[in-house]
Amino acid sequence: MAKQLITVTINNKLTELYVDPRESLADMLRNDLKLTSVKHGCDVGECGACTVVIDGENFDSCIYLAIWADGKSITTVEGLASLEGELADIQQAFVDDGAIQCGFCTPGFIMSTLPLLNVEEDLSREEIKKQVSGNFCRCTGYTNIINAIEHTREKIKNDRDSDK
Amino acid sequence: MVVGKKINRVDAVTKADGTAKYTEDLLDDKCLVAKVLHSTIANGKVLSFDLEEAKKVPGVVKIITSFDVPDIQYPTAGHPWSTEKAHQDVCDRKLLNTRVRFYGDEIAAVIADDEIAADHARDLIKVEYEEYPAIFDMEESVNNPGDVPIHEEKPNNVIVKSNYEVLDYDEAVKEPGLIKVTGVYETQKVQQCHIENASSFAYKEAGKVVVVSATQIPHIVRRVCSQALGCDMGKVRIIKPYLGGGFGNRQDALTEPLNAFLTLQVGGRPVKLMYTREETFFGTRSRHAMKFYITSYVRPNGTFAAREIVAYSDNGAYGSHAHALVANAVNAFRMMYPVGAIKGVAYTVYTNNPTAGAMRAYGIPQIGFALEAHVDDIIAKLPNDDAISFRKKNMMQLGYVDPGTTITCHSTGLSECIDKGREAIGWDEKIEKYKNQTGDVRHGVGMGIFCYKTGVYPIALETSACRMILNQDGSIQLQVGATEIGQGADTVFSQMAAETLSIPFENVHILSQQDTDVTPYDTGAYGSRQTYVTGMAVRKTAESLKNKICDYAAWMLNKDRIDLDLVDNHIVRVGTNDVLISLKEVAMEACYSRTNSNHIAAEETHHCSDNTYSFGVCFADIEVDIPLCQIKVNRIINVHDSGTIINPQTAEGQVHGGMSMGLGYGLLEKMLFDPKTGRMLNSNLLDYKLMTAIDTPDLEVAFVEPKDPSGPYGNKSLGEPPVIPVAPALRNAVYNATGVAIDSIPLNPEKLFQEFTDAGLIK
Repeated sequence: MAKQLITVTINNKLTELYVDPRESLADMLRNDLKLTSVKHGCDVGECGACTVVIDGENFDSCIYLAIWADGKSITTVEGLASLEGELADIQQAFVDDGAIQCGFCTPGFIMSTLPLLNVEEDLSREEIKKQVSGNFCRCTGYTNIINAIEHTREKIKNDRDSDK
Repeated sequence: MVVGKKINRVDAVTKADGTAKYTEDLLDDKCLVAKVLHSTIANGKVLSFDLEEAKKVPGVVKIITSFDVPDIQYPTAGHPWSTEKAHQDVCDRKLLNTRVRFYGDEIAAVIADDEIAADHARDLIKVEYEEYPAIFDMEESVNNPGDVPIHEEKPNNVIVKSNYEVLDYDEAVKEPGLIKVTGVYETQKVQQCHIENASSFAYKEAGKVVVVSATQIPHIVRRVCSQALGCDMGKVRIIKPYLGGGFGNRQDALTEPLNAFLTLQVGGRPVKLMYTREETFFGTRSRHAMKFYITSYVRPNGTFAAREIVAYSDNGAYGSHAHALVANAVNAFRMMYPVGAIKGVAYTVYTNNPTAGAMRAYGIPQIGFALEAHVDDIIAKLPNDDAISFRKKNMMQLGYVDPGTTITCHSTGLSECIDKGREAIGWDEKIEKYKNQTGDVRHGVGMGIFCYKTGVYPIALETSACRMILNQDGSIQLQVGATEIGQGADTVFSQMAAETLSIPFENVHILSQQDTDVTPYDTGAYGSRQTYVTGMAVRKTAESLKNKICDYAAWMLNKDRIDLDLVDNHIVRVGTNDVLISLKEVAMEACYSRTNSNHIAAEETHHCSDNTYSFGVCFADIEVDIPLCQIKVNRIINVHDSGTIINPQTAEGQVHGGMSMGLGYGLLEKMLFDPKTGRMLNSNLLDYKLMTAIDTPDLEVAFVEPKDPSGPYGNKSLGEPPVIPVAPALRNAVYNATGVAIDSIPLNPEKLFQEFTDAGLIK
């Protein structure tokens, strides 16, 4: 099938590439760009392991066609750390809170938390749990993942308050 | 002290930043794609394949059918091989099977240039079958095996029947005044549901077949592949990269033997065999459904006089781990309450369901549910006992030697676990508060206890090797065949090495990859064995390396060896602790010395000949909405005695994960099958109800830490046990809340509706 040219910003870099119109965004990111943090767990939008952020919103990239990404800005977990390799707050919180075990769900899970981190209003634990219920983790029982999200939100809030 | 300290996982950063490479992430761009054709009948045989249309699909490279594979039946279980024929695993499957035994059996494979071609061609293969009546019920399989046995080697469909008796049961039940309690308890088939599907790729290099695979047991998979292919073990190399969860499913050879065979059919070109979620559900392994008939005779003073169990285990279509699981279950029936006369009978049965295998805690969640439910049924009939007093009177005590296995209770903190959990959940107050409830929403508390072995001795071989190499900077390379599968093994092995060597934790380097051509031998991740068995290999190797380092330092310093020790990363003088030289200086000299270059390394084997029990308890505080048939878990706490905790963070993580799996087992999860065809109905993560974040209450964990004298650092099993006591605690809490004793799981709305209706709570 004839490939189509798309222009897409990936982890802050403007990229042009030809994609198969049948190809999922997950496959494009994995196969064409070697962003292998984007995991296949089900390929039908059930498990959340392939979650990426597209224009500020989290999506299951396995059920999002690559051609739909044309003109959009995509972030994967590879795009979170600083150039020097310093982890983003949410990544560091996952490390420090014991929110990582086998690690297979971790990149997608971290991407699902991103839209929550800067929400200024208070979020209860239940609200946070609801927001990340599209991501399965079979190892951790979620408790430490929710802790990591709460700790990161606190840190961001404190940084925000000290800036004021 | 490094052991006992909360230390972040050695692999956490590389998993958080997305650079950890799992099997599929390592694929060669030019890899061919294999797709398996699964049978669409549950029992019968393939008469013929029509490949004509399939072969025409552009991109198809080769199609292999069950008529093309070697006539070799091989075993798949992740057990150490027994050199005695009588104890060898069941060899009952071929790489592809003409004799079809479940809906989804592997009958052919397409190799193609890409996924689309492979899928399309597979769908065009036409199959002609001869069909036999299928048997999906385990008791029916024993009672009416039919004219065509599922495996001709087992004409009555029973893989193994075993029995035991402790003391004289028939004599014991004659004691006057005994209270008889009977019950029938059933547990369902569930799946491990690791988030990384079953996946591998294979190629030929330097005359041998290499399989890269997400396996818990690389050295065992090498042996299984060699058996399946009929080649020498040295001709097979298994590489295990980072792995996305196992939970026992990958304690089995899954895609690897067929994948190894397929690459050899295309000249050793790389071929990937990655199962979809659906295939992983029905085409790999699952937890055995079991059914238990239990009869107890109890004295009015709340002690067991006699107890009997008859257990059935649905093994599905192929042997896999076979009888080991239900044997484990009926043994635990004896060990949990080793009081009075006890007898057990266990059947492991072939059916036309997908194959069951190992899953976290290996038969014990099944018996844990049945026995702890039964115990609460008994307590309801006793005048002077409650859930805690009865258990404390009858549970295992320090020094117990199991008559069936000789496994000895070297340490127990079970009583302290119960006390701690009782206090934390507010048990006594809640038992009072929840008395005599009426209305639609009722509260209840429940508990369950367990004991669990550590590793597989003496049932099977326990052996592990470790290698340490001193780097020039005084750091070490730590190499083990034991596998990191998410549980934190690499981190705790590194802590153990740092502890015994007395060097900084950061100076221990470990690769989260096993390669059977490089890595020392270890049987792998199962049986909660690695901290105990491999842990001792790590300790021995560290002691050996330390000795060699001190030997070299003695030569360097011209001192007597006996006066030197390695403490805090320096060679010191024994007694005065005077620092003589840093380890780094010793390591540099040892490598680059022009007079005495010595590449210091050590390798030791630990052939383990001991075992010990870990213990624990779960307390749950729930509310039951009777008309809605919903259970809400308000609080849940697990308290564990796993001896010394090596790393509180990874230990807590293991308990969280087990509790979550236990909640799913008790409340939601069940593999469903079409009763006519045997096709799995919910082989996806929407219809199979896995716990999500919103379903999961905050999980509470506590430990008591009696040092176990047999463990390398006072530690004993931890990885599997947390799943065990959750489902019975939930069931007993429902009983406490509603007075309805439910004898099967999951306690999902469908089941609650039936049970509450039968009990007259819903009219």
